[in-house]
This record gives sequence, C-alpha cells and structure tokens, in this order.
Amino acid sequence: MTEMSKIDSRALLADVTEFIWAEGAMLDAKDYDAWLDLWTGDGLYILPIGEGEDYANQLNLCYDNAKMRRDRIGRFQRGFSISSAPPADTVRTLSRFRIEAAGGDLIEVSCAEHLIEDKFGRQRTWAGNAFYTLKVADDGFKLHRKIVRLLNSDGMLNSFSYLF
Amino acid sequence: MSLDTPKFSDLDALYDEENALVATLMYEDPALFDEEMEKIFKTTWVWVAHESEFPDKGSFKLSQVGQEPVIVVRDRKGKIHCMVNRCRHRAATVCEVKKGKTSSFQCPYHGWGYALDGSLRAVPYPEQYGDDFDKSQHGLLKLRTEAYNGMVFASFNEEIEPLEDFLGPQVRRYIDLFMKQGGGFPVKVLGEHQFAVPMNWKVQLENTTDAYHFPVVHKSFMQTLDGATEDMFDFLDKGVGYVEDLGNGHSVMTMIPELMDLDENLDAPIPDRFAELAQELRDEGYPEEQVKKIVRAVSGAGFNLNLFPNVSFSLAFFRVLTPIAVDRTDIRHIAIGMDGGPAAANQARLRLHEHFQGPMGFGSPDDAEVWERVQRGTRGGDSLPILVNRGLVDEEPGEAGPRGHISAETGMRAAYKMWKRMMSQ
Ligand code: FES
Ligand SMILES: [Fe+2]
Repeated sequence: MTEMSKIDSRALLADVTEFIWAEGAMLDAKDYDAWLDLWTGDGLYILPIGEGEDYANQLNLCYDNAKMRRDRIGRFQRGFSISSAPPADTVRTLSRFRIEAAGGDLIEVSCAEHLIEDKFGRQRTWAGNAFYTLKVADDGFKLHRKIVRLLNSDGMLNSFSYLF
Repeated sequence: MSLDTPKFSDLDALYDEENALVATLMYEDPALFDEEMEKIFKTTWVWVAHESEFPDKGSFKLSQVGQEPVIVVRDRKGKIHCMVNRCRHRAATVCEVKKGKTSSFQCPYHGWGYALDGSLRAVPYPEQYGDDFDKSQHGLLKLRTEAYNGMVFASFNEEIEPLEDFLGPQVRRYIDLFMKQGGGFPVKVLGEHQFAVPMNWKVQLENTTDAYHFPVVHKSFMQTLDGATEDMFDFLDKGVGYVEDLGNGHSVMTMIPELMDLDENLDAPIPDRFAELAQELRDEGYPEEQVKKIVRAVSGAGFNLNLFPNVSFSLAFFRVLTPIAVDRTDIRHIAIGMDGGPAAANQARLRLHEHFQGPMGFGSPDDAEVWERVQRGTRGGDSLPILVNRGLVDEEPGEAGPRGHISAETGMRAAYKMWKRMMSQ
C-alpha cells in the first residue's frame, strides 16, 4: 500500500466518511434500491459469527453475494415476509472512522456502528465494528466488501428485519 | 383472572386430550413454568450436545438442562460426562468458556480443582476442613449422560430408563436415517445461529411439527428458490407425507418422500442447482458414485424428527430450545456438515443454512415473528382455547402411533400427551 501524505489522507477520510454516512442513511431510510446500486458486481456483504475470518468456510449470519443481496432486498420489499412487513425502524450512528489501508483503487476503512431498533414499542441496541473495502469509481466509491462484526455475534441475538 | 382459572391439579383443563384443546394459561403462568422445569426438564432426557462439538479428550462445551448450566466434557479415556457448572464450595461457576479444551476445571473463587469427570481433586489450605472432610462427596453434581448416534442427552433423574428405550426403535431408526446426510462421512457441527424469542417454550415445541404454517410464513423464502426446489418444498399442496406420533412425546413429519433415505435413489439425476457443486467434486477427483452420494446428502433429509422436550432434527440441521422464562425461549439452529468431507460440499451446506436460518435468514425471522405474535395474542381472551385438533378427523393408525395428514397437528398432540403424563407424576 502506498504512503499517503497527511493532507491526502485527511481529504480521503472526509470523502469515505461522507460516503459511509450516506450509505448508513440509506439503510435507516430503507432506500434499498439505491443501496444495491452502491455495490460492485462481485462485492460481498458479510455478518460473521465470532472471530473467524475464513468466511466462506464458516457459518455466518449472512454471506451475501449480488444474488443474495437482491433476494434479501426483494424479500424485504415484496410484503410477504411478516417480520419485515412492517420492519423495525432503525437509527444508527457511525463513528471512529479510520483508514486502515489504501492502495491501487481499493481503500479499507473501519468504523464503530451503534444501532437502535424500534418495533412493538420495544427498543433494542446493537453495537459492532464495521469494516469496508471501497473501490474508487468514476463518480465516487463503490462498496466492494462490507463486514459488520456485532459485539455479541456469537451470543443470543434476535431476528433482524433490516441491515447493519 | 377469573376464579374458574384452571389449577395445575386440573391437568385436564390445561390440556383437553379428547378435543385437543390447550388452555391459554399454558403459555402464561410463571408458576406452571416452574413446575414444568421440575417435572419435565429435571426428570427426562434433555439434549445437551453433539459429540463433534467436543471431539477430543479434554474437550468440553457449556450447555443447559432446563434452567441449569451444565458442562459436557470428555475425560482422559474419552468417556462423556455432564455436570452442573457450580462449585461445591460457594457456588461460583467453574467454567465460563463456551467451548474448549482443558485438563481440569478450577474454580476462580478459592481455587477448588475438579478433574474432567467432575471429581474434586484439590482444595487449597485443606487443614481448616478437618480430617474427616471427604473429597469424594464434593465433586461437581453429575447428571446421567448417554448418547445415541452422536447425540448426547443428560438427565437429573437417576432412575430414568436408558436413553435408547426412551427414544424407542422408531425414533432411533429416524435418527439413523437423518445422520445419513454425512454423505459417507461422520456428521459434524459447523456452527450455530442463536436467537431469543419472547415466547413460551411450548410454542416452539409445536412449531417444529407444524407443516401447516410453511406456505404462509415462508412464502418470502419460497419466492427466492428455483422452480425445482420450490416444488420440493410444496409438500402441502401436493398433500404428500404425514405426521406420526412416535411415542413418549416424539413425532416425525415426513415432507419430502424422495429424501427419506439418502442411500436410495442414488441414480436420480443431479438437480440443476447442484450441477456446479457436482462438477467441482468431479474435478477434485471424487468418483461419480461418491459425487452423487455427497450431493444428495447436501440437501438434507426429507423429514423433521421432533424429540420431546427440546431437540428437533429438522431437514438439514438441529433445532434446540432452552426455556428461559415463561415468556422467553432461546433457540439454536445448529448447522451440520461432513467431517472430513469436501470443503465445497460443506460450503454449500453452510450457504443453505444461512439462506433460511438464524437472525438474518429468509425463514427464521418470520418464524420468530409469528411465535412472538402467539405470546402477544394470548394476553387476550384467557378463556379461549388454543386449537391443536387439526387433522383429528382423518387420523389413522401408523407404524408407532396415530398418523395424520402432513398438515395435521398430530405431533403437537403427541407432545402435549407426554407433557400431561409428565406433569401428572
Ligand atoms: S466458590 Fe469455588 S472455591 Fe470457593
Ligand atoms: Fe417455520
């Protein structure tokens, strides 16, 4: 990975932060068609269980390629899934952004994610570390890999009618 | 609550066997829940682990029998033990690691040390206990522990009949059929999804034997399948299969007849959705016969075997319930695969499991939603019964007990019959 000057990296940090905040806002607004468009064709969206990093060979909460992402969103949108019709409302905060690496057209970013969901008059809180691999595109960035590690991913969870 | 609320002594009012009606109180009463923990979960065989979860000498796994935390462990000779996770001195848990390997368990509080079989080995500064302190009387509290075909069960009841008798020949036959999805390899646990649901444990007990809900609750899952797979899951429209009471509260629900015995029909063509996997296995050098066997095993068995009170062998995974409170139950969906089998086949199994199961599956969240809706609904209409009488009209004698239509509530009736038998002890 190439060394970046301080000024470059500050500008880059501002750009990726803006992109990830916009993505988070899409997910809270359930603007899923726009979210699907953010992805590269071979991108992966993963919520692992536990510490492992061999995602293909381990059980995850989700391991979504383009088809699974489309199917997942279709399930949310079509109205036949009782858990997502209506879904829980969510508000998330994304913070503590760090550029972990940058080189070629790929940028690796990590951040903290806190999310509160509301359904049936009950609120639940989730926290996790999010890791993004962004691909530089003509008009900004594309999501190439997004991994969200919930703090209690290997504990008792509840079902999710939204995305992290 | 009205004065004519059924009392626990009046078990007939809680479950009316003849008309197959369950009282609302069954999901709602904390005192009844406590009694169930004593009379059922502390009295019968309860599933605690699969042997592959603690494969080596010294490997262990934390589990639960009803509300009691237990450790399941293999000692130096490979013998399996299950004991309560509570120090005999002043009750601290001796282990908080969910899974691992050790040579002993040492209590973190004052350092009492226990061997893998639970016996007390070391007490720091023992002088103050005097000469007649008997270490052999201060081992971890042991449960009876027996296994069948890899499935480990434990019981607080020293007098209980052997596990094999409790299961009976029919259940054992179905377990053996189910384990054929190792595809020629031993079955191995690959991971688990865990989620808590605000519901009584019996709501879950009912659901594992409920085919009636499938096309309704799982429509959105069905919509993401290819035509052939969708057809395979269309057991309700086709009216094939059946539910049968296997005795002792156990039941089987056969949904996909062509997948009942995975060693049969090996000449059937490989379904399109597995064509890529089959080719990958051929490229890895597996002979055609084995490719067919493995691929066939990947889709799982064609039935749900439901064991009273806490485990179900469900198509391609294990479903385990742990009662936490009258209105909370923890659910585990345990993914299984082929121990030593091709990575590509296990990957296919993992992706199929993620597709339906767990907090982000296309199936489980909808199940969890309707289970919670049952618990929310029972806050109203105390006096109304819950109906488990579906399919009584055309039930026939099966091989082991009554056999009903695929969508019949025969399996629930089997479970409630056992519930009543145990609660009346
Ligand atoms: S509580 Fe375990 S040694 Fe004291
Ligand atoms: Fe279901």
